[in-house]
Amino acid sequence: MAEATPLELAGRAVELASARGADQCDAIAFSHTESTVSIRLGDIEKLIEATSHSLGLRVIAGGRTAVCSTSDFTPAAFEQFVAETVELARISAPDEYAGLPEPELLASAGGDALQLYDERIESLPLDDRIDMARSCEAAALGFDSRITNSEGASLSTRVGEVALANSRGFAAGYPATSISLSTEALADDEDGKKRNAWWFSAERNLRSLLDPETLGRIAAQRAVDQLGARKTDTKRVPVIFEPMMAARLAGDVAGCATGGALYRGATFLAGRTGEAIGSPLVTIVDDPTQPARAGSRPFDGEGVTAHRNVLFQEGRFEGFLFDCYTARRMDARTTGSAQRGVSSLPEPGPANLIFEPGDTPAEDIVADTQEGLLVTALMGFGFNPTTGDYSRGVGGFWIENGQIAYPVAEANISGDVASMLAGVDAVGSDLTWFGSSAAPTVRVAEMTVSGV
Amino acid sequence: MASRLLRTFATMTRMSDPSHEAQQFFAQRYGIDSARIASLLSDALAQGGDFAELFFEHRTNGAISLEDQQIKSALRSVEQGVGIRVVKGDSIGYAYTESLDPEAMRLAAGTAARIGDGGERPTAIDTTPVGASESFYGEDALLSDEPAPAKVALLERADRAARAFDPSIARVDASIADERKVVLVARSDGQIVGDVQPLMRFNVMALSERGENRQTARTGGGGRLGVEYFDRVTPEDTAREAARQAVLLQDAVDAPAGEVPVVLAAGDSGILLHEAIGHGLEADFNRKGTSNYTDRIGHAVASDLVTVIDDATIEESRGSINVDDEGNPTKRNTLIEGGILRGYLHDEISARHFNAEPTGSGRRQSFKHPIMPRMTNTYMLPGPSTPDEVVASVERGIYCVSFSGGQVNISNGDFVFSTTEAYLIEKGQITAPLRTTNLIGNGPEALSRVSMVANDYALSDGRWTCGKEGQSVPVGVGLPTVLVSAMTVGGTQLG
Repeated sequence: MAEATPLELAGRAVELASARGADQCDAIAFSHTESTVSIRLGDIEKLIEATSHSLGLRVIAGGRTAVCSTSDFTPAAFEQFVAETVELARISAPDEYAGLPEPELLASAGGDALQLYDERIESLPLDDRIDMARSCEAAALGFDSRITNSEGASLSTRVGEVALANSRGFAAGYPATSISLSTEALADDEDGKKRNAWWFSAERNLRSLLDPETLGRIAAQRAVDQLGARKTDTKRVPVIFEPMMAARLAGDVAGCATGGALYRGATFLAGRTGEAIGSPLVTIVDDPTQPARAGSRPFDGEGVTAHRNVLFQEGRFEGFLFDCYTARRMDARTTGSAQRGVSSLPEPGPANLIFEPGDTPAEDIVADTQEGLLVTALMGFGFNPTTGDYSRGVGGFWIENGQIAYPVAEANISGDVASMLAGVDAVGSDLTWFGSSAAPTVRVAEMTVSGV
Repeated sequence: MASRLLRTFATMTRMSDPSHEAQQFFAQRYGIDSARIASLLSDALAQGGDFAELFFEHRTNGAISLEDQQIKSALRSVEQGVGIRVVKGDSIGYAYTESLDPEAMRLAAGTAARIGDGGERPTAIDTTPVGASESFYGEDALLSDEPAPAKVALLERADRAARAFDPSIARVDASIADERKVVLVARSDGQIVGDVQPLMRFNVMALSERGENRQTARTGGGGRLGVEYFDRVTPEDTAREAARQAVLLQDAVDAPAGEVPVVLAAGDSGILLHEAIGHGLEADFNRKGTSNYTDRIGHAVASDLVTVIDDATIEESRGSINVDDEGNPTKRNTLIEGGILRGYLHDEISARHFNAEPTGSGRRQSFKHPIMPRMTNTYMLPGPSTPDEVVASVERGIYCVSFSGGQVNISNGDFVFSTTEAYLIEKGQITAPLRTTNLIGNGPEALSRVSMVANDYALSDGRWTCGKEGQSVPVGVGLPTVLVSAMTVGGTQLG
């Protein structure tokens, strides 16, 4: 029933599956209460509140794997669900690499030290939530007379618990909270186009959340800054990624640095471990042990103790992120990087991805650029992980003589990720966190910018 | 043959009135009958809401994946629940629960009801079950009823065909996925309507390896139909297409950078419409005045060669639905006619705001998500030219065939979409294949630059999923061969 905790449900699924013939199995269970308040032009647009429970069961029998998920925990339905999962495993082929983590890799500590739970979020009154969203939007609308409209402001919270149990005796769970606030402001440009900008803050605890009014003003400032945006010439110039965009670039790189991409042959990093790919300014790490961060976790989606992994150390590619399956396939060790939802197999991926800062103030990077493009928005999916070919729509600012000359729209940057990493010639000291990723300002010495 | 006949008969009975079948399903399985529905709607309106709606959903998803000649895993998930929406003016209260027992649903209704301002509980609500008049879904055997070994055999056929296509094909991954979604919408205006929505998809990824050079390509298709899909597009067809694209990329050259004429091939290029104009015509953005097409009805927003339709009634297409997720019947909506903007895509709230007829465009990802106006199958009608004439007219430009995705800024119409198969056009001839690149533009500007439209309209095979505000829904796109006289191409080759 719904009253059972995720830990109890996961444990019961493992018990039942083992009794039905699973050689190995694990179950991950979530329960959470989500609450969203959306304000638009001062009025309540949406109030959403719901509690949700779900469980995913992985069964391995004779080397064959099945994964099933359910949210129906009435006893008869739950037993049938487990039986069907065990039965479904017959379909797949025996796979010598399938299996749970070796017992010595399993985590022993819970999540207390990571500060993943903030009781103030659970008890935050509805009126306070409404006030936070309302003052965020009001700050954006009142920031500048050229701000003429708003997509509204939303405050969302999640209070929940995640638990994992497996047939090797692992059973652990932890409570977690999250809170996020976002708003989008619009300004009318002279050519009839609208210039919009969105900003957000996402944290584990209320105390770290960006002040609502500050957040609103940032969104408004960014929208106003885009007024008069125009196309630019097509040429090769230095490209500066502001921190949020540098974090996106790091995310693209990290997606290629996973055991899943490696064994599928779908990464330009295959066979390049130990190679100097980036410039010495490039250090990228994945660190699930950072206190109170959105991606922090005491153990990964298979129960393996989470720890810090270095992807690039001063330009050198140090290795891939693995879960158990991909590690065994590639004759490596899991890095405790299994991501896990209820309805899919574990897949390795980053938890908190950090592009480490340098010591150059960000403004000096712009001042030091004769002509170039400062990127503040990225669009589209033009990235090929297999080859590293990179082509993205961008918005931002043209730089001339070390100063912002004018805002830019409808432009594109292209190159390949390996050359981009090698071409990083400045890294700012302005490390900024965005949920589960962090990056400073990063400059790539030269890329092709397409415009007219 | 006997079992096949039986199965066909059974599905035809079901498909003849999916609305009735959905009502029976929830009544028998969960005891959700007219009385329970009326009582929940009354709870939802107990605090003075203007309108309430219950959206019951039971969804089963199955998938089998083959990786490198092995069936790696089998997946199955079942999700059920009810989403309860209460509208008060322009404000929405929303709650959902995965438990369909009476007490859990009553609590959720009470939570959603809080948006009201303390008015009175309404008098009894009369409910009227409505049958769907027509079904646009395939009527053969559902893929979800197909035995697993038959699905595995389809995957193995794809693997063999891709490898046989070219010796450089070193790895093939394939997957087959099916979904069966039973929905029931009950509204406080008394209407109760349901639907049973099948959806299937077949995907193949091929890796071509020549020495150190690796290229991957993915393709796939499907729709709202069953195993008969494979009579039209065999696993071999899909596999060879993925292999062909991967091999082609081995010889790809860098794309040009800057503005050039762009020819969009028929079919998947319809992503241009989806990004360049479709989202901007979803009326929630226009209601809020945040779309670049706000207040533009009756105005020229595209070249006079451009007529754009959104049509949820195309048989078996991935984007088709019999009724929308607010229970309104779907239809064929003309958005742009000869370059003139004719209308928006509405959900109930925006239709009321604009005093317009609902267009059957209210959609949601699941019971956990509130309604928004969304596209279904969006396409451009064919024009007078032949595809050859269109290509021959270009001195130097690019020809785009397939895409990995696109994105638009709805407020100003700036969009990007990314090619996976594209070629140079030199002196009116299609020549070298190009590496992954982007097309960048602005919606109204790109559509005003549509200077030729060919007579070869095609709808995409069922492979597109549209994301908006975190909600994903299946859609279709379609286009004839079209010339856009100038668009920015994000390659690396200057001049």
